[in-house]
Amino acid sequence: MTSSTASTDPAGLPRIRAGGRSFLALVLTPEAPLDIWLAALDHQVSRSAGFFAGKPIILDLTLVPLDTPHLADLLPALVERGIRVIGIEGADRDEPVFSTWEWPEGLNGGRSTAAEEIPVDSVDEPELPPGTLIIEEPVRSGQQIVWADGDVIVLGSVASGAEVSAGGSIHVYGSLRGRAIAGIVGRPEARIFARVMEPELLAIDGFYAISEEMPEALIGKSSQAILVDEVLTLKPLT
Amino acid sequence: MAQVLVVTSGKGGVGKTTTTAALGAALAKSGKSVVVVDFDVGLRNLDLVMGAERRVVFDLVNVIQGDAKLAQALIRDKRLDTLSLLPASQTRDKDALTAEGVAKVMAELKEKFDWVVCDSPAGIERGAQLAMSHADQAVIVTNPEVSSVRDSDRIIGMLDSTTEIAKTGEKMPKHLLLTRYDPARAARGEMLSVDDVLEILSIPLIGIIPESQDVLRSSNLGAPVTLAAPESAPARAYFEAARRLAGEKVNVTIPTEKKGLFDWLFKRGAA
Repeated sequence: MTSSTASTDPAGLPRIRAGGRSFLALVLTPEAPLDIWLAALDHQVSRSAGFFAGKPIILDLTLVPLDTPHLADLLPALVERGIRVIGIEGADRDEPVFSTWEWPEGLNGGRSTAAEEIPVDSVDEPELPPGTLIIEEPVRSGQQIVWADGDVIVLGSVASGAEVSAGGSIHVYGSLRGRAIAGIVGRPEARIFARVMEPELLAIDGFYAISEEMPEALIGKSSQAILVDEVLTLKPLT
Repeated sequence: MAQVLVVTSGKGGVGKTTTTAALGAALAKSGKSVVVVDFDVGLRNLDLVMGAERRVVFDLVNVIQGDAKLAQALIRDKRLDTLSLLPASQTRDKDALTAEGVAKVMAELKEKFDWVVCDSPAGIERGAQLAMSHADQAVIVTNPEVSSVRDSDRIIGMLDSTTEIAKTGEKMPKHLLLTRYDPARAARGEMLSVDDVLEILSIPLIGIIPESQDVLRSSNLGAPVTLAAPESAPARAYFEAARRLAGEKVNVTIPTEKKGLFDWLFKRGAA
C-alpha cells in the first residue's frame, strides 16, 4: 500500500481553499418620516457620487415603527437608488407590511464599528457666482456703498444721507430713505426694489429721479424703480 | 474694569453736556467713582454745567502736552466726592488734541475711576472722533426731530467704523437717549414719536428725558439736574438711564411731572 496520497482525500479530489475576507457592511438606520429621510439620503448621495455603489448595506429598522407611512415602499425605494440591502435588522419579516419585500436571507449579528462618515467628494457644490453683496446692517447717514460687481442686498434700512451704488440691481428690505444708484456699469435693465420706498434720489444707468418727481401715492410703499424708455419709473410691488 | 462712555450726537445743542453732567452725577451717586471729561476744546461748557468754572487751573490740553499732571487738572465736585471733572481748554482748539496724548490720558483715567464719561463736541471731525475713539460704549443724544436723527445716524456709523473697538472688528454697544421730548407735541404730530426715531436709528433706547424747565434751571445754577433737582422728571429719567448703563434691567418709561390727584384721575381715565 502506498502512502503517496496524503494530501488528497480518499476520493482523489483536491482540497478546497478557504481563506477569510471581511467586508464592512454599512448599516443604514432610517427614521420617520421616511420621505424626509429619503430626501436627506439623496442629498448625501448627490454630494458623494458612488459612495453606496456596490457596498453591502444592512437596514436597521429599529427606529421605524410598523405603522410609519410609506414603510412598505422603503425597500423598493432603496433598491431603485442602487443600494444593495444584504440584511434587515430590527423588524419581523412576517409582518404584513413587509409582504411585498424580497427579504434578503439572514445576515445577523456582526460587530458594529464606529459610524462611517460619508465623505463629501470632489463633486462639490459649485461656488456661488461672485456678484451679490449682502449688507446685514443698516446703511447709516454719510455711508457710501459702491459695488460694481453685481447686486446689492440691504437687509436693514438705507438712511437719509446714505448712498448705495450697484453695478446690478439694489434690493432694500427695510426703508430706502437715502440714494440708490443701480446699473452703474451701464445696465439699463437693473432695478431698485424697496420694502418701504421713500428715497432722496434714485438712478438707473445714469437716468435719475429725485424724490419730488416721484408719484406721491407710491412713496412709503413697497415699490420698484425700473427704466422705461429712458425714464425712471416707479411701480408698486404687488 | 473701568468703563469708558462717550456722550455724542453729531448735532449741537441737543443736550450732550447736560446729559454728561446728569449721567455722571447719577452714576457717582450710586457710589462709583466717576470722572466727566470735556472734549469740547475751544468751546468748553461742562465746567459751567458742573459749577466748577472758577476752579479750573489746568485742563485736558495741558495734561496731553505734559504741562501738568493729571491729578493737578482733575477737579473734585464739592457736593459729591465720587465725582470729578477734567475740563477742556477754552484758549486752544481741537488740533491741540493728539491721538497718542488722548490714549495716554484715557489709560490713566481708567486706572483711577470706575466710569470715564466723555462729553463729545458737536460735529464729526477730529474732536468728536477722539472723544469716541477709546469708548467702550456710547450714549447717542437725540432730539425728536429729523435733523438731529439724521446726524445721530451719521455718528452711529462712525462709532462702528472709526473707533478703537471697531478696528478690532467688535461692535460698540450703543444706547439712544431721547432728550427734550414733549409727549403732548409728539401726540399732535409736531415732533417725531419715540417709535419713529427708534425705527430710523435701530439701536436700543436707554431713556427718554422729557422737556423740562428744571434742566435749564439746573444748568444756570451750575449743577447737574440729578443733583440740583433729583426728584424732577428729567432727573428721574437720568437716574433710570444710569441704572440701565450699569446693567440693570429697567423698563423705559416717560417720566412725567408729579401732578395732583385730578391729573392722576385723568390719566387713569385716559389709559
